[in-house]
Amino acid sequence: MRSARPWLAPLLSALFLALLVGVWYLATYQPAAEATVDSEYAALVGQAASTGAKSAMPTPGEVGAKLWEHLSDPFYDRGTNDKGIGIQLLYSIGRVLLGFGLAALVAIPLGFVIGMSPLIYKALDPFIQVLKPVSPLAWMPLALYTIKDSGISAIFVIFICSLWPMLVNTAFGVAGVRRDWLNVARTLEVSRLRTAFQVILPAAAPTIMTGMRISIGIAWLVIVAAEMLVGGTGIGYFVWNEWNNLSIANIISAILFIGLIGMALDTLLARLARAVTYRE
Amino acid sequence: MTQPFLKVEALAKRYPGPAGKPANTVFENIHFGIAKGEFACIVGHSGCGKTTILNVLAGLDEASEGVVIMDGREVRGPSLDRGVVFQGHALLPWLSTLKNVEFGVRSRWPQWTPKQIEAHSIRYLEMVGLGHALHKKPAELSGGMKQRVGIARAFAIQPKMLLLDEPFGALDALTRGTIQDELLAIVQATHQTVFMITHDVDEAILLADKVLLMSNGPHARIAEIVDITMPRDRSRATIHHDPQYYRIRNHLVDFLVNRSRDYAAGAPAAAAHDPRNPPLVRPGLEGGAEVLPLPAGAAPAAPQLKPVSSASA
Repeated sequence: MRSARPWLAPLLSALFLALLVGVWYLATYQPAAEATVDSEYAALVGQAASTGAKSAMPTPGEVGAKLWEHLSDPFYDRGTNDKGIGIQLLYSIGRVLLGFGLAALVAIPLGFVIGMSPLIYKALDPFIQVLKPVSPLAWMPLALYTIKDSGISAIFVIFICSLWPMLVNTAFGVAGVRRDWLNVARTLEVSRLRTAFQVILPAAAPTIMTGMRISIGIAWLVIVAAEMLVGGTGIGYFVWNEWNNLSIANIISAILFIGLIGMALDTLLARLARAVTYRE
Repeated sequence: MTQPFLKVEALAKRYPGPAGKPANTVFENIHFGIAKGEFACIVGHSGCGKTTILNVLAGLDEASEGVVIMDGREVRGPSLDRGVVFQGHALLPWLSTLKNVEFGVRSRWPQWTPKQIEAHSIRYLEMVGLGHALHKKPAELSGGMKQRVGIARAFAIQPKMLLLDEPFGALDALTRGTIQDELLAIVQATHQTVFMITHDVDEAILLADKVLLMSNGPHARIAEIVDITMPRDRSRATIHHDPQYYRIRNHLVDFLVNRSRDYAAGAPAAAAHDPRNPPLVRPGLEGGAEVLPLPAGAAPAAPQLKPVSSASA
């Protein structure tokens, strides 16, 4: 993209958005509903059927109104099944950060050990290779049975799914530290602990941060599914609840918010990654 | 004869061969000594194990046989007593120039205050002319400046011995000349004991007190030790006017081009050669045997481009 026209890309984006909304509008447009159903039948089956072909798919206007409703009062709490979308998102973010944080506390030190010791790497590699491709949701029944708490089980699932990218990337980054840098530390008789923190950690930090960024992305993907299963609170539960209510407008709003929060988390990690990146 | 400061005895490096085959010997029977304050260069073709020898001296690698004794003690593992300047400078890219030097200084004198460490490190960076680039990251420095930081880092820990692994190999000729001059000045001022690998014959003559010539590998050994019989106060600008210069240079080049492969097992030169006491040669001074007549019509070796030293890296 030529820097001479920095407005061109955003303009195109806006154009695409307008196109999308336009198509959506046309697809959901309905001329004034005529009474296509016999009035006696309508009285019998209720209001919904009387409008005939009226789809549950909302128009852009309806979704816009719903979004405004959510944004103007995101944190209300009227009982178990009626909480503001902000509260639900905060629950989800909390679980993701907790599970992700615990995973980082385990994965980074363990990855360090694996990366530094070829023996431990070889010993643990079969476990990692087998467990890594397992869908985190497959752990859910096991977690529910052993932990006996749905909220903690969801956090456990996030922990498991965040673990692998951080573990593998940390081990990879640590094992790949340039031989020369380690030799410098050795010839200067730098202690092992100082070498770990002042040579290996900064050298591997960009790779570790990449692993963390992948992890938080996966965690945010998984939380929605996990909360759909465990229920109670969270944006995943919100989506499932609104599906039961057949409120597509709410579901579309939730999708939008999930995407925005995911983007924010990724941007945050990208910022941190840039802070630890070095040029050779 | 008194014990030299650094003594290398019967050093050998072998890698296990394929099953059933004899081991692969890179070098064996390496014997030499370096006196305190002496500057020794080692010259030889690629594959003769020069870098391995240096790594063994540094304690980074282990020899298969033999011992290295420095200052009366056997070398076992790396030590702050031996500073190393790496071929690829090996600066930590996330640290500034100053922090790179401080990294070693803090290790050498852990009891010093941060102020002392900083002052000491700055002094050595100024010595290599980098007082203006203290807070730059290695990526912002030129190749020559990076290698200067590497040299400052090695000198700053005041090692008993300095090991240089082809430190100027990756630099352009102009920069190399400038840094050679700087290194020469620092070594002359500090009387540092130095062991250096180089591929550059002129560099070896300029800097060294003696040059160890290695025969080709495998089974490489020290073929000769050439005494650089020129006064110590050399300078790059005038050294090639010394009549000794070309005698020594011709001797070294002749060895590398013609004779370095004559020491393989079974070759005639190997039979007469005692690796425990490699002959000490003074080209042009003893018996005249080492003065190799130039083939008729051949021009004397063309002097290499000698850049004016004021150019900065």
